[in-house]
Amino acid sequence: MSAGSAGATALQLLFAGVGNGAIYALIALGFNVIFKSTGALNFAQGEWVMLGGMIAAAAISAHAPIWAGCLAAVAIVAAIGLLSERLIVAPLKRPTPMLITLLSIGLAISTKSMVMLVLGKDPAGYPGFSGDAVLNIFGARVPAQTLWIIGITLVFILAAHFFFERTILGKSLRAVAADRDAASLVGINVERSVMWSFVIGALAGGIAGAIITPQTFTSYDQGGLIGFKGFSAAMLGGIGNLYGGMLGGLLLGLLETFAAGYVSSHFKDAVAFIVLLIILFALPSGLLGRSEAQRV
Amino acid sequence: MAKPSDAIDPVLGPIQTDARDDRSRVHVGARASLVVVWLALLAIPLLGLNDYVVSLGTSFLINLILIGSLNVLIGYCGQISLGHAGFYGLGAYAAGILSAKLGLNPWLGLPAACVVSAIAALVIGIPALRLKGHYLAMATLGFNAILSVLFDQLVPWTGGPNGLLGVKPLALASFALSNQARIFPLVWLCAGLVMLALLNLIQSRVGRAMRAIATSEIAAQSLGVDAFHYKLIVFVLTAAMAGLAGSLYVESNLYASPESFGFSTSILLVAMVALGGWGRYAGAFFGALIYTVAPELLRTFQDAQYLIFGAGMIAVLLFFPGGLAGAGEGVARLWRRWRS
Repeated sequence: MSAGSAGATALQLLFAGVGNGAIYALIALGFNVIFKSTGALNFAQGEWVMLGGMIAAAAISAHAPIWAGCLAAVAIVAAIGLLSERLIVAPLKRPTPMLITLLSIGLAISTKSMVMLVLGKDPAGYPGFSGDAVLNIFGARVPAQTLWIIGITLVFILAAHFFFERTILGKSLRAVAADRDAASLVGINVERSVMWSFVIGALAGGIAGAIITPQTFTSYDQGGLIGFKGFSAAMLGGIGNLYGGMLGGLLLGLLETFAAGYVSSHFKDAVAFIVLLIILFALPSGLLGRSEAQRV
Repeated sequence: MAKPSDAIDPVLGPIQTDARDDRSRVHVGARASLVVVWLALLAIPLLGLNDYVVSLGTSFLINLILIGSLNVLIGYCGQISLGHAGFYGLGAYAAGILSAKLGLNPWLGLPAACVVSAIAALVIGIPALRLKGHYLAMATLGFNAILSVLFDQLVPWTGGPNGLLGVKPLALASFALSNQARIFPLVWLCAGLVMLALLNLIQSRVGRAMRAIATSEIAAQSLGVDAFHYKLIVFVLTAAMAGLAGSLYVESNLYASPESFGFSTSILLVAMVALGGWGRYAGAFFGALIYTVAPELLRTFQDAQYLIFGAGMIAVLLFFPGGLAGAGEGVARLWRRWRS
């Protein structure tokens, strides 16, 4: 193999890895927002990704334009996130993190089976936003959809950054995450912020699903695995740290893709998880997490 | 005086604030009920029922070992593990490979499964349990994902996606435990011993330390409880029990395939601990019963069964945060109040 083609292969894997990483980063962001507001691990996060892809595919197969199908899917998934929180989390008298975590398992099972009943069991997909175009970048063949994924993720993350830093609602969410009691003392509606965190979490999941499905296809049973990858990304970056989740997602995507490209595609998940565990054991608070002194 | 319902924390289970002797009474009661339930379970194959019912009985007992041990880890010790199915699978493949591929005496599989799972738990637990928060969840999840890949891909050893075939049945001299009715007494015995061991563990010094850690790790440590030490003991012990369950599974089915031991199984096991009632000894029985019987009962609903299951799970947790065992306690309390 010549040096040039080896370089092109590496570049190709780099693009693919960043594309996968962007998806994991989006899912990790959803995980983190809900973790920050409730302290719970949300097992339904991956189901929302699958849901985004499945609804978009259903709309597009009913002759909606691709962009319209994707936007509708994202909006519906966000609405489902809202509905889930209102029906399941809001009525809790004592919303402990453990109880919400367990309820989210029930929510994940229900969401998945609802999709199976309503949208069927067949895998679904649709063409990318620029058709099936493949670009040639310095000899590396990069699907245009990968660039769409990277771009849309960047835009969403910048929007999230703006939201949390500049808007009143975003600041109030951060206040609640920092200290529930103090936030409620200064007049912030804590319950409302949990609701918004579910909307944002579902929104991030829905977007991830709508943009990844042209590349991977999806079916009702794909949510669990991708959700766990997102969770791993969130842990890797330091759970609860919004920017850490992005770095974690990127790293996981690259690890997985390069492991598949250079080691073995059969063992890519194993290689990725082994490296992940080693990193976590070496850096216990995650890449960007700070070890915090805890007041008792 | 606080209402009794106030003394039940949804995370930690019942917190006995006032009743030392009440607790010992509860546990004498628990031991007596355990013996009664156990003798009653032995009747399953004696009733001359068909193989199907006996095989349900075997799976119930295997699931009871799994959910009972996980309940102690999660419910009493406060440590979320998302890898219980991994230890279960490790035990199943360890025992299965010893007999199918290495041709060793199948009886060796039972202790070997416990040892292999325990060693794996030690390797994962030592780094993960030193960390706070959800690191055990992450480490066990990653561990289970790695194992799933290995079960699937190490085809010469595990048979890959087609499953492990050629497992030889256990035998007492020339009497092979080759069908469900014959292996039932062994599974019955193992499950009984595990449940008794768990009951003893809960009441022991380790059990008290465990509950203290679950309530507040920092407070427990300030009282001289070596939290890491006790968490590791409980984690390794419960993993060994899951390994034992795996070896019993492979010996009763003479088969193992990767999808039985993926992390979706781990998640379901956690869900069963919650549905049964976490941190409640009786919770494991309810959890194992639901896990074994619900798929059979709901089968007639075909595709809708999962929706019914998921919605049912949400309903139980919304209305009875203490699971079915917690609901049972509530009923018993009402009954006592009504009588007095």
